[in-house]
Amino acid sequence: MNAPLIEFKKVYKRFGANQVLNGVDLLIYRGEITTIIGKSGGGKSVLLKHIIGLILPDSGEILFEGRPLSEIKKAEKRAFKKKISYMFQGTALFDSMTVFENIALPLKEKTELKDAEIRERVHNKMSDLDLQDIDDKYPSQLSGGMKKRVALARALVTDPEIVLFDEPTTGLDPIRKNAVHSMISDYQKRFGFTGIAVSHELPDIFYISQRIAMLDEGRIIFQGTPKEIQQTTDPVIREFIQGLETRRDGLTGMVPRPMGEERFKEEMDRLRRFRIAFSLILLTVRNMDEINLKIGHVKGQIVLKNLAEKVKQYMRVTDTCSRYGLNKILIFLSHTNLEQARMFCGKLSDELAQNETMGIGPAPGFCLSISAGFAEVKKENHIEDLIANAELSQNQLSEFRVC
Amino acid sequence: MVPFVRSTHFLSAVGRWTIFQIQEIGRIALFMFRGIVFIFSIPFQIFKTVNQVYFIGMKSVFVICLTGAFTGMVLGLQGYYTLVKFGSEGLLGSAVALSLIRELGPVLTAIMITARAGSAMAAEIGIMRISEQIDALETMDINPIRFLFSPRLLAALISFPLLTAIFDVVGIVGGYLSGSLLLGINPGIFFSRVESSVLMKDVTGGFLKSIVFAAVVATICCFQGYYTHTRAEGFGARGVSLATTSAVVISCVLILITDYILTTFLL
Repeated sequence: MNAPLIEFKKVYKRFGANQVLNGVDLLIYRGEITTIIGKSGGGKSVLLKHIIGLILPDSGEILFEGRPLSEIKKAEKRAFKKKISYMFQGTALFDSMTVFENIALPLKEKTELKDAEIRERVHNKMSDLDLQDIDDKYPSQLSGGMKKRVALARALVTDPEIVLFDEPTTGLDPIRKNAVHSMISDYQKRFGFTGIAVSHELPDIFYISQRIAMLDEGRIIFQGTPKEIQQTTDPVIREFIQGLETRRDGLTGMVPRPMGEERFKEEMDRLRRFRIAFSLILLTVRNMDEINLKIGHVKGQIVLKNLAEKVKQYMRVTDTCSRYGLNKILIFLSHTNLEQARMFCGKLSDELAQNETMGIGPAPGFCLSISAGFAEVKKENHIEDLIANAELSQNQLSEFRVC
Repeated sequence: MVPFVRSTHFLSAVGRWTIFQIQEIGRIALFMFRGIVFIFSIPFQIFKTVNQVYFIGMKSVFVICLTGAFTGMVLGLQGYYTLVKFGSEGLLGSAVALSLIRELGPVLTAIMITARAGSAMAAEIGIMRISEQIDALETMDINPIRFLFSPRLLAALISFPLLTAIFDVVGIVGGYLSGSLLLGINPGIFFSRVESSVLMKDVTGGFLKSIVFAAVVATICCFQGYYTHTRAEGFGARGVSLATTSAVVISCVLILITDYILTTFLL
């Protein structure tokens, strides 16, 4: 693996009698989203503040591109700070400035952009985050969720290379929460920033993170991919994850991915014992990026929500559907062969064709493209292989113009 | 052995206190120094400074006029009854004008602005500190001292002398009101005494004082707000209230102390 962008080496920090960080070793790689999970009050925010230099460690080193931050010269440190931005847990918006002034401040103070250009960039970010027409409002006039989004807009407006998110979605409703996640993931793909997030949103955060680190008792007790942490046998980690995971995905009302994978195992058992084959269908909103870009992330989430509702209408009691990713829904149809699965999709497609707008209403003409991939399970197989198969066999389920 | 131990405890407590106070003075001096340096850093923060001049200066004019008028009037009253004992009530004009221009103008103006704008500065910056807004500035690589303190310092340096001038003039008119209109001193004598006794030295001395007071008040008030979070005796809103209180108290005491020191040099 390539060299880490940021590395914590034996970082200790104590506040009074409270040892918050007790020898943290952590690797953060360029271009990935690393999420730090752990108990409340466990020092996750403190860890994040160490990266940007708001808090200095008692001992230990934080390396940036292999060099200790404490030894970097002043000019370089400024360059480093320019690349990095921080979204505070308590938003930390300037309460005597308007929303527009808040978001525009980093551009106004630190760049030489013209006023018109600043206005355009700020408004772009605001419309991305569904924050229209509140330019002249003050933070205290906004709801908690809106403040969060304003803070996010302010953190992203400078197009930073490294973004630190301290609980970016706590207190948001499911659609907005997913929209923020989708936006973080989308921006991360588009601009390739390195994201470091502190979050309690399990398992949603697994869809967008490439790496997960768990902080417990002042140490990092796990770091690895979301898949690895879900398969871990460590009782502390398991208990923590299962405690936080929701039984229903807030947006789609389906079971979340880890539970979907549990159901897959049950189906597999049935196959083994009774030789009952089943099929799986992977529905993908193919042009989610286009939707996000053209009409905003919130609308993108609404499309997925409506699709999920349609799917649920057609399901039998024995079928399971689960959210598999930001724009994917995975369906298990028990006792069903490939042909029947295709028929199921045919009906779904007809239904979708009738309901053209998918809840996003009149919009600039572009096509919503939803595809379906199939796999029939007749023998023992890994879920990953089946999904890869389904991805390969994807064909157009429905494509229609929203106008 | 017990008394000995106790006395070392006492001594070490005194020592700790002294060292802390000296460190605090050092911190304040550094804070002020950085604030002054950032006034001259490019790009100049003209808009923010003008805003602060409006807040510290323009919005204080009414209060300053009011206090100036009544200070002048009471000076006229007191002065008259003192001078009349010696039959020298004709000197009332110079008594009023000199005490206003040399002492009362700069001092009372500074104290009034401390109460009005200084407390506001401490509270505003203190709230920004406890709600992480100052940390947010730092994460954006915006120097909080430059962004918050320098415009206020510069605005204070501009506003204090101007408000002092208003205070002086209004005060002299106040003295004239009570001395001449009420108690019947000839207005011609009153104003000719004002003119003949006030020298340019008095005026510049008064302005020098008000400039020094401006630096003291702005620095103390912003410093108290800026370091609200380091206070041991209170956090959050309580910390801000304590910071505001000590900003006003320390500023007022320091105004009087520096006034004494400056006067010894100026006379």
